[in-house]
Amino acid sequence: MTTVFVPLDTAAVAAGGDAVAAAASQAGLEVVRNGSRGLCWAEPMLEIEEDGARLAFANVAAGDVAAIVDQREGHPKCLGKVDEVEYLDRQTRAVFDRAGIRNPLDLSRTTILQECLDRDPESLIAEIETSGLRGRGGAGFPAHIKWRTVFDTPGEQKYIVCNADEGDSGTFADRLLMEGDPHRLIEGMTIAGIAAGATRGYVYLRSEYPLAAEVLQSALDNAYDDGLLGEDILGSGKAFDLELFIGAGAYICGEETSLLESLEGKRGEIRVKPPVPAISGLFGAPTLVHNVISFAAVPAIMKHGGAWYADMGVGRSTGTMAFQLAGNVQRGGLIEVPFGITIDEIVNGFGGGTRSGRPIRTVQIGGPLGAYLSPAEFDTPLTYEAIAELGAGIGHGGIVVFDDTVDLARQAHYAFEFCEVESCGKCTPCRLGSVRGKETIAGIIEGRDVEQKLTIIEDLCEVMETASLCQMGGMTPIPVMSAIKRFPEDFRR
Amino acid sequence: MAETESKSDDPAREIAERYRHRVGGVLTALRETVARFGYVSRSREHVVADVFNLSRAEVRGIVSFYHDLKTTPQPPVQVRVCQAEACQSVGARELTTRVESHLGIKLGETNDAVSLDAVYCLGLCAQAPSMMVNGRPLARADLCDLAEEIPA
Repeated sequence: MTTVFVPLDTAAVAAGGDAVAAAASQAGLEVVRNGSRGLCWAEPMLEIEEDGARLAFANVAAGDVAAIVDQREGHPKCLGKVDEVEYLDRQTRAVFDRAGIRNPLDLSRTTILQECLDRDPESLIAEIETSGLRGRGGAGFPAHIKWRTVFDTPGEQKYIVCNADEGDSGTFADRLLMEGDPHRLIEGMTIAGIAAGATRGYVYLRSEYPLAAEVLQSALDNAYDDGLLGEDILGSGKAFDLELFIGAGAYICGEETSLLESLEGKRGEIRVKPPVPAISGLFGAPTLVHNVISFAAVPAIMKHGGAWYADMGVGRSTGTMAFQLAGNVQRGGLIEVPFGITIDEIVNGFGGGTRSGRPIRTVQIGGPLGAYLSPAEFDTPLTYEAIAELGAGIGHGGIVVFDDTVDLARQAHYAFEFCEVESCGKCTPCRLGSVRGKETIAGIIEGRDVEQKLTIIEDLCEVMETASLCQMGGMTPIPVMSAIKRFPEDFRR
Repeated sequence: MAETESKSDDPAREIAERYRHRVGGVLTALRETVARFGYVSRSREHVVADVFNLSRAEVRGIVSFYHDLKTTPQPPVQVRVCQAEACQSVGARELTTRVESHLGIKLGETNDAVSLDAVYCLGLCAQAPSMMVNGRPLARADLCDLAEEIPA
């Protein structure tokens, strides 16, 4: 019997994947619902197993199935053998190496856990230090410092918390991982628990990802059934319990202290730092908070060694980064590559330029709090350091492309508007600054007292940047000021 | 005053009791209440306050903080159109205008049949613009997707 693969991932389902799977099933084919390969531009993708290799087909509709099975390579939607598709072949996948191969729940549930249980915590932390892994959520803080701090801080109960509140526009790596290879995340968190001396963990997942919740919950149930979680992991005597917690719609809960408040069942208002969560986190206990991709990188680091990971990348930006290419681009999707690739290689090389066919005017890197860059900067290598020199940040790795119809004054207006909607309201620069900033930009767009208002915006941004309690207010000036600096003509029409 | 009394036989009490000893249980109980009844009424806020031994003001504070915790009954069809940057770059603003005129309500408004809300990112940024209709995600969305669900 012929086997076909149709992803169960939201990216495929939202593009009609369920209908394709149903049609294939009706045609008498054996249908496997795999995770997504991250070629979002090709979803729903269909793969046919043939002589041990798999042929891939892009943007398949239910009505295409019969012709695809019949014509194989001859079908116009055929991309060739999936492993040879250039978009995938040019990537280096350390975290997403298994995503899309099989049904996510049929991937092996551990890869290196047993070996990690046999090692002492100190050597696990040292491995992370050697790898140079930095937090993939946005801040890029060295992971091993957090691990060691939690390990060293005395406490009866310590916690591991995964920040899966992926709210940045242009990002979907966390969702792809949770829907495509959830056991990788569970294993990474378990290893972190063993290393840091934490016996309880939580995945805080945003409510906008219902399918990820379903897949992850099934994976957690399987892990318990297999003795990979619980009181006595694989008979080692070591304990780690892991639970899924779903948010209720608040962008700010992606900020780690706000997330912890929310996980405690409160309003997601941010906490003043210090103390950092590694010292006083969930319920005041030492808590290791990482993004999904940070935890998911751990099993590969333990399996191949920290030095292997550190060999990839550039300088202090070690390992691979899961970039997410989105917006007005021909081939948007997940691109896991070592740090150091240029913006141009991602946007034009992988992406193939704009979907509209018009020239690119700007890309926004790092989500709604990220900078708008100009094409003149596209030869910059994507490393934490080089991007910081542009006054920008890599954030969670989202890159959103805009063509030349974009109005940067409207984008600046939106940056303040988003801050207004999503501010937790705790500190004044963010709560009021966002409102005043939005009004002032509106005045600029109408052409009233433009120079005076631009001065006000600059002052306001300085206040927000220096006086906000967290990055929501503190980084909203980045998209605003980067737009004004690089595209002044849009503010002076 | 019947609306403000916390009735002992309210099914919300059973929901709240189920999550009483869970981490963050009050938030989960409120989410479940919305999932079951479509919104959290004032009286059910009081039920939750009672079960979790919180003040009514505290529960009101939680409910008012989160976008998902609706406080009024929701119509049968709920449409959410993504307003974030990736969707803006391929016409989310224009799509929103067309959806507004198709439904006859503005973003943030509700009538007896349908609600129209902004959502900030559904994680479909490489297949923008995106929408969600009654929990179903739609990539590269256009008005046709909606016309099927909600004929004008």
